[in-house]
Amino acid sequence: MTVIYLDNNATTCIDPEVLQAMLPYLTQFYGNPSSMHSFGGQVGKAVQQARAQVAALLGAEDTEIVFTSCGTEGNNAAIRAALAAQPDRRHIITTAVEHPAILNVCKQLEKQGYSVTYLSVDSQGQIELMELEAALTGNTALVTTMYANNETGVIFPVEQIGLRAKDVGALFHVDAVQAVGKVPIDLKSSSIDLLTLSGHKLHAPKGIGALYIRRGVRFRPLLLGGHQERGRRAGTENVPGLIALGKAAELARLHLPQVKQEKQLRDRLEQGLLRTIADTQVNGHPTLRLPNTTNIGFKYIEGEAILLSLNQYGICASSGSACTSGSLEPSHVLRAMGLPYTILHGSIRFSLSRFTTEAEVDQVLAVMPGIVERLRALSPFNSDQADWLQDRQAAMAVAP
Amino acid sequence: MWDYTEKVLELFYNPKNQGTIDALDEPGTAVVFGEVGSIACGDALRLHLKIDIAADRILDARFQTFGCTSAIASSSALTELIKGLTLDEALRVTNREIAEFLGGLPEAKMHCSVMGQEALEAAIYKYRGIELEAHDEDEGTLVCSCFGISENRIRRVIIENNLTEVEQVTSYVKAGGGCGSCLVGIEDILASVQQEKAATSKRLQTELATASQRPLTPIQKINRIQQVLDEVRPMLMADGGDVELYDVNGDVVQVILKGACGSCASSTATLKGAIETRLKEEVLPSLVVEAV
Repeated sequence: MTVIYLDNNATTCIDPEVLQAMLPYLTQFYGNPSSMHSFGGQVGKAVQQARAQVAALLGAEDTEIVFTSCGTEGNNAAIRAALAAQPDRRHIITTAVEHPAILNVCKQLEKQGYSVTYLSVDSQGQIELMELEAALTGNTALVTTMYANNETGVIFPVEQIGLRAKDVGALFHVDAVQAVGKVPIDLKSSSIDLLTLSGHKLHAPKGIGALYIRRGVRFRPLLLGGHQERGRRAGTENVPGLIALGKAAELARLHLPQVKQEKQLRDRLEQGLLRTIADTQVNGHPTLRLPNTTNIGFKYIEGEAILLSLNQYGICASSGSACTSGSLEPSHVLRAMGLPYTILHGSIRFSLSRFTTEAEVDQVLAVMPGIVERLRALSPFNSDQADWLQDRQAAMAVAP
Repeated sequence: MWDYTEKVLELFYNPKNQGTIDALDEPGTAVVFGEVGSIACGDALRLHLKIDIAADRILDARFQTFGCTSAIASSSALTELIKGLTLDEALRVTNREIAEFLGGLPEAKMHCSVMGQEALEAAIYKYRGIELEAHDEDEGTLVCSCFGISENRIRRVIIENNLTEVEQVTSYVKAGGGCGSCLVGIEDILASVQQEKAATSKRLQTELATASQRPLTPIQKINRIQQVLDEVRPMLMADGGDVELYDVNGDVVQVILKGACGSCASSTATLKGAIETRLKEEVLPSLVVEAV
């Protein structure tokens, strides 16, 4: 069965050109870039080229890019560095809908004596700048928000957030893992101080990422050891990975102008599903959204059952339902948006890539109505008025 | 991805006995349904039964389920298991049997099988006119406020499934799977159940050792019958009932069954059987129980 891969916010395929670029570094060019001999030195040059490619995608300078192992490392390093640089400030601002790689770091910092403000989002997944302004104080060391949400694709007004952070002298970190390569980013003219990206979300392999550190921002490394990455990230470089990331960044930059085609396919999918299936809604802001992501709530049925049904047709998607979260609670993002349980448990995220075709989208449109119809026929719920739906809704108030 | 068995997937893709049963006023039959869960919890099951009144037997069973793959498969498995059983037989179906019918469930999904067993009880109690409140295990102290799980319910799932870890309790009844603030409380319940179990088996061992030397005197026999009844009493009380020893006449143990359990002829029979089994195991194989 051919796979229809619409789960690109989870991970992406490696672009064949990226694979071609990295392969020699898994075979003949195995030298250590730090070595004095030219066999290693040629690899060092390739590393510099990869760094330049990543910098070009972000509108940054080469020296502002540090290679990491993944988005999680980038986020951890950025937060720790920002706090270490301002030891007298003990307050952090983030949002309720961040990735666990931010939220769990913040929760641990709370135990270490930091206070953390978790900005709320509205029903469209958007934050309110007034709430941010009210939370900022001279004690705020760091504001850390995502560029775009992984589940809904909702894009935050990062420049606006950054300008307000600057007003109180706080550093501003952006988890841009989902945004890089999907929206144009120019850090030269930006209020962002630190920015995390991950390779496997933009057609590079897993195990490589990068952290942007604005020149002039004091940085404290997470890993101590050798002098690699100018002392900012010790450990022998993942050379094949970062070569791949460099190539992937270059390709992403070239593809950015065509991202509207991805958006057209996403819209075709989204509108098609809303048109052909009753009791559905899009979760997230209608326009301030990544061009590749749609998160749709199918009422009265459960997400995992939908995914397993799609799986029969080789279609890959994901869900924010409790049964798929591994935690028995539905997605913290959708709950923070205050969505009703009928939507929460039946939410499906389709995330496209530049490799997605119209035929693939049409195949989803062809099978999805039947899947939903079958599961709804099994379900005891069929309307918001069903009395069984009301019980415990109030008792199970949305968690923070 | 969950590691589902072929049977789970088969019953998910092609479920048997889905839907409702219309009450058609067929003479000699009754139609009833029982429900558990809610949309807030992420799974809910409404189980419909058609019952042969005279034979006290399940003629047909259908389900409506809101939930994941394993919730749907468990519901379908339940209906397959109970069709043709008498109500008393059906009440003895455990969540473990549902899971076994499916060739096993991932541990994190065991609560789907528990849900099936609970819906079955709900339907039968409803048919028998037993106030659900009286049988509601959720009467006890609330332990998990996220999912509304009581101490009684946690105790029961621990005992019936031989659970030893907090994570297992979360997998079976969801307790502790929300904010996590009750995890310590669940640990305490696990510890107390294990202590009770250890104490019981130790006592039995000493008693068996003594018993093997001499036959039981009437006083010893009565004392040990009383001890067993004391052990089952908390479980009966959780279900709104009670038991009292009336007399012991040779091998005939006469008990008085009280409360919700005593009000209903067939549940009395079940209860009598359950007490008798324990007495036979723990006191003397020749004992029989008589409700007076």
